[in-house]
Amino acid sequence: MSTAATMAPAPAPAVLLRRPGTQPDAGGPPAVVLRGLRKHFDDVKAVDGLDLEIRTDECFGLLGPNGAGKTTTIEIIVGLQEPTAGEVRVLGRTWGRGDRSLRARVGVSLQETRLPERLTVIEVLRLFRSFYPSGRAPADVMEEVGLGDKARTWTVKLSGGQRQRLALGCALVGDPDLLVLDEPTTGLDPQARLHIGDTIRSYRQRGRTVLVSTHYMEEAQRLCDRVAVVDHGKVIALGSPPELIATLGGEQVVEFALGDAALPDVDLEALPEVRGLRHTGRTLLLATTDARVTLPALLDLTRARGLRLESLATRQATLEDVFVALTGRRLRDE
Amino acid sequence: MSSPLFELWRYRLLEPLRWPETIFWTFLFPALLALALGIAFRQQQPDPAAVAVVAGPGAAELEQALRRDPTVKVTVLDAAAADRALRLGKVAIQVVPGTPLRYRFDPTRPESSLAHLTVDTAVQRGRGRTDPVATVADQVTARGARYIDFLVPGLLGFNLMGGGLWGLGWAITDARTHRLLKRFLATPMRRRDYLLGHMLGRLVFVPLEVVTLLVFSWLIFGVGLSGSPLTLAVVIIVGALSFAGLGTLLASRAQTLETMSGLINLCTMPMMLLSGVFFSTSRFPDFMQPFIRLLPLTALNDALRAIMGDGASLLAVAPQLLVLAGWGLLSFVLALRLFRWT
Repeated sequence: MSTAATMAPAPAPAVLLRRPGTQPDAGGPPAVVLRGLRKHFDDVKAVDGLDLEIRTDECFGLLGPNGAGKTTTIEIIVGLQEPTAGEVRVLGRTWGRGDRSLRARVGVSLQETRLPERLTVIEVLRLFRSFYPSGRAPADVMEEVGLGDKARTWTVKLSGGQRQRLALGCALVGDPDLLVLDEPTTGLDPQARLHIGDTIRSYRQRGRTVLVSTHYMEEAQRLCDRVAVVDHGKVIALGSPPELIATLGGEQVVEFALGDAALPDVDLEALPEVRGLRHTGRTLLLATTDARVTLPALLDLTRARGLRLESLATRQATLEDVFVALTGRRLRDE
Repeated sequence: MSSPLFELWRYRLLEPLRWPETIFWTFLFPALLALALGIAFRQQQPDPAAVAVVAGPGAAELEQALRRDPTVKVTVLDAAAADRALRLGKVAIQVVPGTPLRYRFDPTRPESSLAHLTVDTAVQRGRGRTDPVATVADQVTARGARYIDFLVPGLLGFNLMGGGLWGLGWAITDARTHRLLKRFLATPMRRRDYLLGHMLGRLVFVPLEVVTLLVFSWLIFGVGLSGSPLTLAVVIIVGALSFAGLGTLLASRAQTLETMSGLINLCTMPMMLLSGVFFSTSRFPDFMQPFIRLLPLTALNDALRAIMGDGASLLAVAPQLLVLAGWGLLSFVLALRLFRWT
């Protein structure tokens, strides 16, 4: 938590954000329901009153910084941890009775799993396939995750991206109704991330539900129908990526730094089309409805005050900006 | 699709076989161990008794008399050097010339007591003693009574223990530290299948280890098998499963490989000494015997020796089999209860 930033003027999230559970989906019962979920480890409240409803057929993103409680939430959903308190329903059922038949319908990819080092790709998929009463042919799944040419390669000899794809294959081989992926792309290069995104999308086309956690904003924006932004074990925002970005008031961002100099916030907020101002470290973010108007005005202002811009960029607003707006922190602590 | 038990068993076969280390521990290690010990304890004439004659009047004459006995090795030393030699165990006994002739030795050292008898006989005969009874000593070195014949069944048992504890304990703990167990738990895999798959995988390696050791010791040392191979196989399988169960139990909670190796050593070290691998359990006092007999390795070693050496029947080793089965079952049931997947 490097920077304590001022939040001026913070857009009110409640206006546009959908509150959890207030709009039950029309398309059948929800795939996952969490109500008042809590998980405490000694003094640490990993999950602290989390409500969530994931609809059948949607790709739902769990977004948040490391330590926000994403992994704990996911492990509770897939029945690997028991909550301290709260209700958990997965595919209409609860954990604790007849878990095997429920596990058969949930495909999982966890963080930091090391698959048997000296089994080949196809052997690992066959092993996982054997656990499920029904599922897909390991060879087909292998092709789908793009490891067709690696059938006889030991997992230890795969690259990081290939290993993640194999982990995804292990989650898919039981042909689950619900696919739960905990940070499936962390540490991968953009190319490998795209490939995993494609696989998730083709799985979705079969009308199944996906829950994916990530701290890559652009990925969540690209893949997910809805996302929940999680911080300190709570959902702090929920909605589709465009909805969440709309809460910023402007869809573009002017990002700049002034070095040691400073400009009064009121002057910046008075610039044309500006809908919000946030500080994060030394960088200032102006949310604007039209950067083409805001930018010249900003340059005029700095020139008039005799200030030099250390850096300047304009871009489309992302979910990252939403997170910064809500917490005053960046998603990835740099 | 094939059954999960079969796939888990296959996984437990293929993975270890792809590590060169497995080949070493399975095939080479037992053979090397037998070779090293066979050489160390090879059958040979007993070492001659090392005797120090303390320098002084009459020492030269005494030395000459003793030199005639091939089972005695004599050196003449002054008193201080002779004392040191005795203390360090370089000589078994001191002979101090004079009247009376004086022997100095530690009676708790078996070789010293033996040397006392040998030296005294040599001295008395040198002075003209004649024995009233004529005797002939026939030397017999019977197969089956040599140290290597004692050692091989012990090594076999020791290997079965090591293979079970290290093989399963290591594999399970490794899978836990790599979160593979957790990943398995998230599937509908039956826990029972996982543990059974490991134990059955062990059953494939056991014959390889056993046959290597037995063939090797038969070829090099001529260690034979008096009993039925079938009986031997039954005892070996029961023993291997028993230790596989114990290995699973030890691995049921260990969070790190260091903890695991500590636990295994804690288990194997005492049994290596108490259970008659390298020397007979009869060396330990009587009050310890009931406890020693209940150890799984003692039961296994006793049964193996009885079958290999005395040709014992399955019925004759039933008590040992019961002890082994008891350990195996108890461990497996406890392991299923205590087992942690994360």
